[in-house]
Amino acid sequence: MERMQQVVGRARAAFNSGRCRSLEFRMQQLKALERMVQEKEKEILAAIKADLHKSGPNAYGHEILGVLGELALAMDKLPSWAAPQPVKRNLLTMRDEAYICSEPLGVVLIIGAWNYPFVLVMQPLIGAIAAGNAVVVKPSEISENTAQLVADLLPQYLDRELYPVVTGGVPETTQLLTQRFDHILYTGNSTVGKIVMAAAAKHLTPVTLELGGKSPCYIDKDCDLAVACRRITWGKYMNCGQTCIAPDYILCDPSIQSKVVENIKATLQEFYGEDVKSSPDYERIINKRHFKRILGLLEGQKIAHGGQTDEASCFIAPTILTDVSPESKVMEEEIFGPVLPIVTVKSVDEAIEFINRREKPLALYVFSNNKQLIRRVILETSSGGVTANDVFMHALVPDLPFGGVGNSGMGAYHGKHSFETFSHRRACLIKDLKMEVVNKLRYPPGSQKKVDW
Amino acid sequence: NPYAGLVSRLRAAWLSGKTRPMEYRVAQLEALGRFLDEKKQDILEATASDMGKPPFEAEFTEIILSRNEIHETLNNLSCWMKDKYTERNLVTWLDSAFIRKDPYGVVLIIAPWNYPIYLLLVPLIGAIAAGNCVVVKPSEMSRNTERLVAEVLPSYLDKDCFAVVTAGVQETTRLLENKFDYIFFTGASSVGRIVMTAAAKHLTPVTLELGGKNPCYVSDTCDVQNVAQRVAWGRFFNAGQTCIAPDYVLCSAEMQEKLLPALRKAISDFYGPNPRDSPDFGRIVGDKHFQRVQALLRSGHVVIGGEMEESERYIAPTVLVDVQPSDPVMQEEIFGPILPIVIVANVDEAIDFINSRERPLVVYAFSSNDKVVNRVLERTSSGGFCGNDTLMHVTLTSLPFGGMGNSGLGMYHGKFTFDTFTHHRGCLHRGMGREILNNPRYPPYTQKKMGLTRAASEVKRKGACTLL
Repeated sequence: MERMQQVVGRARAAFNSGRCRSLEFRMQQLKALERMVQEKEKEILAAIKADLHKSGPNAYGHEILGVLGELALAMDKLPSWAAPQPVKRNLLTMRDEAYICSEPLGVVLIIGAWNYPFVLVMQPLIGAIAAGNAVVVKPSEISENTAQLVADLLPQYLDRELYPVVTGGVPETTQLLTQRFDHILYTGNSTVGKIVMAAAAKHLTPVTLELGGKSPCYIDKDCDLAVACRRITWGKYMNCGQTCIAPDYILCDPSIQSKVVENIKATLQEFYGEDVKSSPDYERIINKRHFKRILGLLEGQKIAHGGQTDEASCFIAPTILTDVSPESKVMEEEIFGPVLPIVTVKSVDEAIEFINRREKPLALYVFSNNKQLIRRVILETSSGGVTANDVFMHALVPDLPFGGVGNSGMGAYHGKHSFETFSHRRACLIKDLKMEVVNKLRYPPGSQKKVDW
Repeated sequence: NPYAGLVSRLRAAWLSGKTRPMEYRVAQLEALGRFLDEKKQDILEATASDMGKPPFEAEFTEIILSRNEIHETLNNLSCWMKDKYTERNLVTWLDSAFIRKDPYGVVLIIAPWNYPIYLLLVPLIGAIAAGNCVVVKPSEMSRNTERLVAEVLPSYLDKDCFAVVTAGVQETTRLLENKFDYIFFTGASSVGRIVMTAAAKHLTPVTLELGGKNPCYVSDTCDVQNVAQRVAWGRFFNAGQTCIAPDYVLCSAEMQEKLLPALRKAISDFYGPNPRDSPDFGRIVGDKHFQRVQALLRSGHVVIGGEMEESERYIAPTVLVDVQPSDPVMQEEIFGPILPIVIVANVDEAIDFINSRERPLVVYAFSSNDKVVNRVLERTSSGGFCGNDTLMHVTLTSLPFGGMGNSGLGMYHGKFTFDTFTHHRGCLHRGMGREILNNPRYPPYTQKKMGLTRAASEVKRKGACTLL
């Protein structure tokens, strides 16, 4: 507890010193982060590989590329993001200065997740630094190699007092959450999300919760099935299904179910070869606990493809389940694994109804050649975000806010949205001390004449 | 759960999609406008009964400011509702990327008693504009306005989608057990914590408009009479029961000497020799608050005012001097017609004083020297800032209104209210063709693919789009 108090206290004192307010300082820190990512690329990829059995090119594409992009964007746009924004004035304030000033919040906490352990810590960190805050970083202990690496690297490149890294598991995180922060960004599951928000409530700390859910994927009869299934396969089995915006389950008409299975099978062959287990591009489940959990979801299901497992290496083959019952276990929780259930529905109406009966997901996917149908699905459902005719890609457009709604989270970040999340937009009105005669209208004694004017 | 039926009824209405078309929202907002027009007299009377609110103040805040928000919203609704198309990167260049403005669903608004119509209507306007169903809970402290809202407002709105609930503390606790898709609360920080804790159980996002002690720094270089008028106006408006009222003054001993007679004159100009007789000076809302504010007078010395009349809940416009930071009046938000003056040597000491306390809803600074005003602005942190005046920043709907830390989270007014009650949904609509462009992202990974990806993602520093 004392350690947490000290770390946070030091960060607060460092923030109060005012040194992270200047844009030059923030740019300097961002540049240092960029250097870190470039110079330590090998180490970062090695840590991710150790944690998730992820190949170098995979890890580079999933984690490093995005971070470099976000850094470049932040450094490019920071002056314009941070500039005061003049606003429209009314008659009473016509001669005054009125603007919105973006200011840092203070000391913010970023709690990372294990599935994309590097980028899920770095991307929020970039926004928090750009906005001028001190940042306490708590990487996930489950991806222990990356956590340790982050703890080792950040102090080598960044201001040590302003951006401390705290490692540890549940007890340490619980202690950390008793401290007072000016914003908390948490990435993880809804259960812990509630705990984080309740802890934040004690200090009236605003939160951004990037949670999860079951992201539905509706495949319309009228679509290029081969292309759709290729894209879905890519998204579903990337990182062995351990992606918050992975298409969790498929909804489609029973008449195309077997074609969907065939197409996915063909794509899997193309991606990972005959023997998936020996493909360097196929990852593993993060640990035994999750391995067992996902295995449990297969009970009683019709396995159309895959199903092979190896506990020693936490390997679960890309698996497809057909004719899945909506009441089965695999349809209750977010799968977060390489298991793809197909639930048949007879129409888009049924699909929409199905989706709306459940918690709002982080992402929603719909594949169709029919633009009207796509528009309808978007209009009649709710989700954090949407990609139509592909998966994931909305998360890669920097100008789109990335976040959940309802059980899948609150708040958003990425690009400028990160900067805004970690800033306070302060309303500023600067008047003149002269021109008092204008004010006379509002002072008592009041009269009907004054009001009518 | 006594409110389960109500909430599920509204949820069913929400799922029917009734509140989504623009025409529907416009009709409800226009009805709110009619409520203000037709019930203006009732509103003036109710707020007069509740806290002796002068009709001028009531008309200005409860009617005019509320009406402004309705007009601002109606004027801009179609624009606010539209999908916002965003910039794309190279990979998504041929796609459609936009932010869809989705309503949250069934939202709860808990309003306070001090501006019981204004602070209920402004969030309601935004919630309706954003397409939600709304449960509104007016404050039980402003009893007459509560009754007016409960009896009259529902007849202006669609009863399927909008409900008014009257509830005291116990019932509100039960109400908060239900799942809402957004909760908007205006009130005290202590209750704000309770609301957020309850919201956490359902992962319900919140906006909390709370309070604090708003400091008011007066520098040595200023037009003293003008300052005194503006500060007195802000302090004694609604008998001090304003979340953005200047709570206390920080100034040098020299300035205090000049300020006191100026304040005396301003108070006299505003309310006459005996403010108790003035129709333009309000009363404290209830006995509990009267006792609370009365107790705060036991701090420093009364140099102006200090008179009280319990039967009317009248406390005169009062100024205190010789106030220590440890005095009772400096421990809590005053929310009454008392203005303590705390002596500081200079602007830096004032800034340190402000920064040693919780972040307030607003910081005020008065000086004819721009540099001084800017120094206070730059070195402090608060919800909002107003230089050389009080309260006025709130009348500009283009400025976001909200607190920080103990003074709140989130913001509203104008478009910001609409945005508060909207889920900004990132959407990308791609085509099924051009699959060849996607090939580099698929396994198996080869050196060539890696090279392609890397090259395609060369991020240029100056003004380039981000490639992936």
